[in-house]
Amino acid sequence: MSETPWYNKGLFSSLNLRQKTLLTIGLTGLVLLVIFICGTLINANLPTDFSIKMQPPTFDHIFGTDWMGRDMFIRTIKGLSLSIMIGIGASIISSIIATILAFVASVNKFCDSVVSWLIDLFASIPHILLLMMISIALGKGAFGVIMAVAFSHWVNLTRVLRAEVLQINTSEYVALSKKFGKSKLWIAKEHILPLILSQIFVGTLLVFPHAIMHESSITFLGFGLSPHEPAIGIILSESMTYLAMGAWWLAFFPGLALLIVVLLFDIIGDNLKRLFDPSQANK
Amino acid sequence: MIKINSKKLVKFFGYKAIRLLILLIVIAAISFIMIQLSPIDPVKAYLGQRIVSQEQLAIVGEYWGTNLSLSERVIGWLQTLASGSMGFSLIYRVPVTEVIVQKFTASLTLMVVSWIISGIVGFGLGVIAGAKEGTLVDRAIKTYCYILQSTPTFWIGLVLLMVFSVYLGWFPIGLSVPIGQLSDTVTFWQWLYRLILPAITLSIVGIASLTMYTRDKLISVKNSDYFLFAQARGESFWGIIKNHGIRNILLPAISIQFLSFNELFGGTILVEQVFAYPGIGQATVAAGLRSDVPLLLGIVIVSAIFVFVGNLLADVIYQYVDPRIRSEDDE
Amino acid sequence: MTKLLEVNNLSISFTQYVQGLNRHDSKVISDLTIDIDESEIVAVLGSSGSGKSLLAHSILGILPYNSNVTGEIKYKGEVLNQGLKEKLRGKEICLIPQSVNFLDPLMKVSEQAIGECKDDKEHDEKKIRQREIFNRYGLDESVDDLYPFELSGGMARKVLLSTALIGNPSLLIADEPTPGLDKKSVEETIEDIKNLKEHNKGILLITHEIDVALKTADRIAIFYSGYVIEINTAENFKNTDNILHPYSKALIDSLPRNGFKLTEGVQPLDEVSGCPYYENCPIRLDKCENNIPKLINHDGIMIRCFKYEEANDES
Repeated sequence: MSETPWYNKGLFSSLNLRQKTLLTIGLTGLVLLVIFICGTLINANLPTDFSIKMQPPTFDHIFGTDWMGRDMFIRTIKGLSLSIMIGIGASIISSIIATILAFVASVNKFCDSVVSWLIDLFASIPHILLLMMISIALGKGAFGVIMAVAFSHWVNLTRVLRAEVLQINTSEYVALSKKFGKSKLWIAKEHILPLILSQIFVGTLLVFPHAIMHESSITFLGFGLSPHEPAIGIILSESMTYLAMGAWWLAFFPGLALLIVVLLFDIIGDNLKRLFDPSQANK
Repeated sequence: MIKINSKKLVKFFGYKAIRLLILLIVIAAISFIMIQLSPIDPVKAYLGQRIVSQEQLAIVGEYWGTNLSLSERVIGWLQTLASGSMGFSLIYRVPVTEVIVQKFTASLTLMVVSWIISGIVGFGLGVIAGAKEGTLVDRAIKTYCYILQSTPTFWIGLVLLMVFSVYLGWFPIGLSVPIGQLSDTVTFWQWLYRLILPAITLSIVGIASLTMYTRDKLISVKNSDYFLFAQARGESFWGIIKNHGIRNILLPAISIQFLSFNELFGGTILVEQVFAYPGIGQATVAAGLRSDVPLLLGIVIVSAIFVFVGNLLADVIYQYVDPRIRSEDDE
Repeated sequence: MTKLLEVNNLSISFTQYVQGLNRHDSKVISDLTIDIDESEIVAVLGSSGSGKSLLAHSILGILPYNSNVTGEIKYKGEVLNQGLKEKLRGKEICLIPQSVNFLDPLMKVSEQAIGECKDDKEHDEKKIRQREIFNRYGLDESVDDLYPFELSGGMARKVLLSTALIGNPSLLIADEPTPGLDKKSVEETIEDIKNLKEHNKGILLITHEIDVALKTADRIAIFYSGYVIEINTAENFKNTDNILHPYSKALIDSLPRNGFKLTEGVQPLDEVSGCPYYENCPIRLDKCENNIPKLINHDGIMIRCFKYEEANDES
């Protein structure tokens, strides 16, 4: 009687756990892909129509319209795809950083302590502040945001990978390879990398929700993307102005959509993790 | 009774103090370099829209050290710091230390209140979920945490603002102080009234991770041999949870809560922005957006100390309260 | 006459998830039958990690939730259901756990021996009794305030024993009471357990140490691959000729003083369709491969082997 997460209950109870997990991953991935593709197809310059400005949700405009009469649903989708894009870029870069650092740490004791010290250093400043500093240093805008998120999210994955590499390095077959005179680089490429590949993959996916959330956070604060790039953070920060007028739909729906996207990525990451490491399913 | 080995204590704190010092120097230097590398021109930021002559520009430039090399500027900045000054805030036109003390005190109330709320509620929910593992209650709490962990802090603030301030009208929409009133004439109740929504927002965010941690810890206690034995001895379920469960998870949970100072500070920045609460968070955003470099660097250093203190307290709990570790190196 | 404890045809299995999230049922105890009288020590002897502790957990009603149990347990003639187990455990039936890990690491040992109390009055009464029992085992008052990690091996064992005796039980279950103890402590433990028998208590001793079982128990049940294959008196075990099952014989032969002859092969982990000892049995029959023999009474000895089933049929 394993405990399945809430989203795995009910509807597909006739399937076994493995099928359910795969189905969940497939469906969630599909939803995200559709959002992403739709978003990229939308032209950023939406038609403005002041005759329908500030309308609450109707069947024509299910998320309502903004102060320039633009459809909020379309803006939200566009914003989400922008967020997903930035999230993907940032997670991939941060996984690359984490992988490199994990290998650097495995070289010798000195390198290991340098990497641990770097981890401590980056963990010692509040996340948002670090993001702000990096995005200021690199100049605001998409590039600054991606780099800021990437450079502040490698810490956890590095910890995991470092421990993993350390463990593999002490294993018997690595010792055997060393005896055969294989170089460290060869061992890293042939033995260690294939073993931690799944970890890196899952790690990247798990960084993703944080990346998106933090991207929208600093964009909301005004450090990220410029107002010409309609990311969710921008939309929400603009909505603050109209909040007192009761235009709740301007903030509610885009935020909810962002939450759902983050949640979907979380679900994919968790399910993949369980597929690779079944010990959790026995709990 | 807690016996403390004073020799070990001195060694412990001495070591920590040195670590903090090194950390601060490195952070101060790196953040300074980062700002220097950025496209922000401190001279322009200082002068703003004012029109000045070339000579004046040169004088101001000299004051900011634009004619010096990067390493000279870094050393100069560290020397200024060592003398106890953090420079002069460009926005507030007072010394940075003064701004930080004033703003940080305001934020500290907010942070402490929400830290305590999230600690109590988070721990409580975690214990309930862990004890009732697999039941509907557990699943509800888990779902709640799962969703919360995926929710941006500022959006929770916006939703609360929409519901309680705009729709229900229970709370003001912004500003910690009513307009037209000096901040020291505000009564305690007025102040508390404005603290409630930001504090709730900030604690909601903190609850999720503590609840999940507490739940997992309690479940691992439930799988332990001593839990099994207590059951075998006929102790009641909730009695075991109380006597053995909470006894064993309280310390780690408090430690985790202290380790959350990092997220707490980050959350404060966002929450203060949403609720226009005039604390350190607003000052940070203002300093960043309006290129108040001295203030921004000052805040970075203070936040690093704040996070360090949290980690230190978590460490102290582990080292000196848990009888197992406490006695380890005692002679 | 009703026995103190009767276990009839008890089977325990678990549902687990393995790599790739596929379900797998694993049987740990199969068709176990055993009984204990007052003033009797019965040992269940099996290799470590073979799941024999689950017998104890099952009697106490503390099996994990993913276990499936069939069969019947009776205490003083009354069927032990979950409700009765919960009522009796800690009072009538007590567990002597195997190691200090079974004590709360953050609670002083005297408080753990006393256990849960409804009010201060009950606590005071139990405190007196705890002191009495600690004294009996030579634990002075300084031990009361120690945490489990501060106990030495011998002290820990005495504390564990004391915790079981606070409630004055009729049935004691000692689950591996002698792991990793030095020779002297093992002797002491054996004496302590035998001593309890004099006080009219029934004791179920679960162990993997043949020596301990032989020295302590009145009767010994041999546990092999989830099955009890023979229940014989400790007296009979002293002479290989009086043991019936080939595995039991091999086991006794493996003792150092008998020349240390080890049994060949290992206990099968996967479920087998026939006799669990089929692979290694020197006297196997054709039908042993696909049929599981029943536990039968052969001249007062419980035995699970077709050879004796046939012998019974003939007589």
